[in-house]
Amino acid sequence: MSFRILGTGSALPATTVSNEDLTKFLDTSDEWIRTRTGITERHVMNDEESLLTLATAACQNALEMAQTAPEEIELIVCTTLAGDYTSPALSCLIAKELGLSDRVITMDTNMGCCGFEYGLQIAHAYFASGMISKKAIVVSAEGLSRHADWTDRATCCLFGDASGAVVLEAAPDRKVDFDWTVSGNADILNITRHADNSPWNSYDGKGVLHMNGQEVFKFAVSSINARICAVLEKNGLAPDDIAKFFLHQANIRIINSAIHKMGVAPEKFPHNIERLGNTSSATIPVLLDETVRAGGIQRGDKIVLCAFGAGLASIACLLEY
Amino acid sequence: MKEKLIAIIAEYLGKDASEIEADATFEDLGLDSLDIAELVMQIEDELSVTIELNAELNNIDKLVEYIENQG
Repeated sequence: MSFRILGTGSALPATTVSNEDLTKFLDTSDEWIRTRTGITERHVMNDEESLLTLATAACQNALEMAQTAPEEIELIVCTTLAGDYTSPALSCLIAKELGLSDRVITMDTNMGCCGFEYGLQIAHAYFASGMISKKAIVVSAEGLSRHADWTDRATCCLFGDASGAVVLEAAPDRKVDFDWTVSGNADILNITRHADNSPWNSYDGKGVLHMNGQEVFKFAVSSINARICAVLEKNGLAPDDIAKFFLHQANIRIINSAIHKMGVAPEKFPHNIERLGNTSSATIPVLLDETVRAGGIQRGDKIVLCAFGAGLASIACLLEY
Repeated sequence: MKEKLIAIIAEYLGKDASEIEADATFEDLGLDSLDIAELVMQIEDELSVTIELNAELNNIDKLVEYIENQG
């Protein structure tokens, strides 16, 4: 058994932060940020918002589009770098807010910016095994404003907060396939843990994001090309067979370089990084939702989702919409 | 080697090779950090070498020396 995407949804925090806003506390400029990242603004959570409120709203939008009642959901996978609590898992709290069954399978997974595609892979395995047979949700909820180092002008301008979700339905004949790699490298992209109050260790670090931009750029561009080529080749497909490629929105320069390297028409690569920045695993489901609602893909279209990030991990997912 | 690197960088910048000074810093040539990363990827592909970027590698002459020292 395979699956198809029945509905999509997304939610953004109300607060928008422009590049100009960042110049009030950082030695930077709108021109510097735009030319190096393509980003003009990003959304960040305020005191009244949380990953739970964002994820719940994104799931409700997806359920509405899918014309699906909460009790039909058998599995909810939430992808996040860190939920509102270290424990319980965010998926447990979302399930309650949505009114899902108390027998729903809940789990959080953290595969950084590749999380959404790994979430789809988990759902795919549940459908294929027969452990679920009807419907599932994969929701990505990310609060990068909680992890960015707001004193580091080179990295903090890249990030924002968002949630994106899909409702999946079992579908016997739909094409779904994946290609992925992981290397176990924590040097060029990581988020350190916060200091704790254990009497037995002296670690006093801050839980902030560190990134070697040049090395991440090289990894990203080469990974996009390699993963997409691999998943297409495995399925006897060419780029011409794909309606749209949804790339992780990390930096417009990465997207443009990858498009150039692949030699595929830029029109096949929707992007929204200009308005949202990098929201880790949420970038692709949010972009997918915006594209679906704008009529950018049609039923039966083959699409490829491709992400790269901490791990170092990269993954491509071929789907029939 | 140097001529090859100058040709790659000139093409990237849309300039004539004669306009590229090998001892000018990449920054002076108008290249930012991501331009350099993109160029290094192209150089790695074309010359079958691996280049680990660092702040010291800031002009063509130093890049040539780095690649030649790789043997």
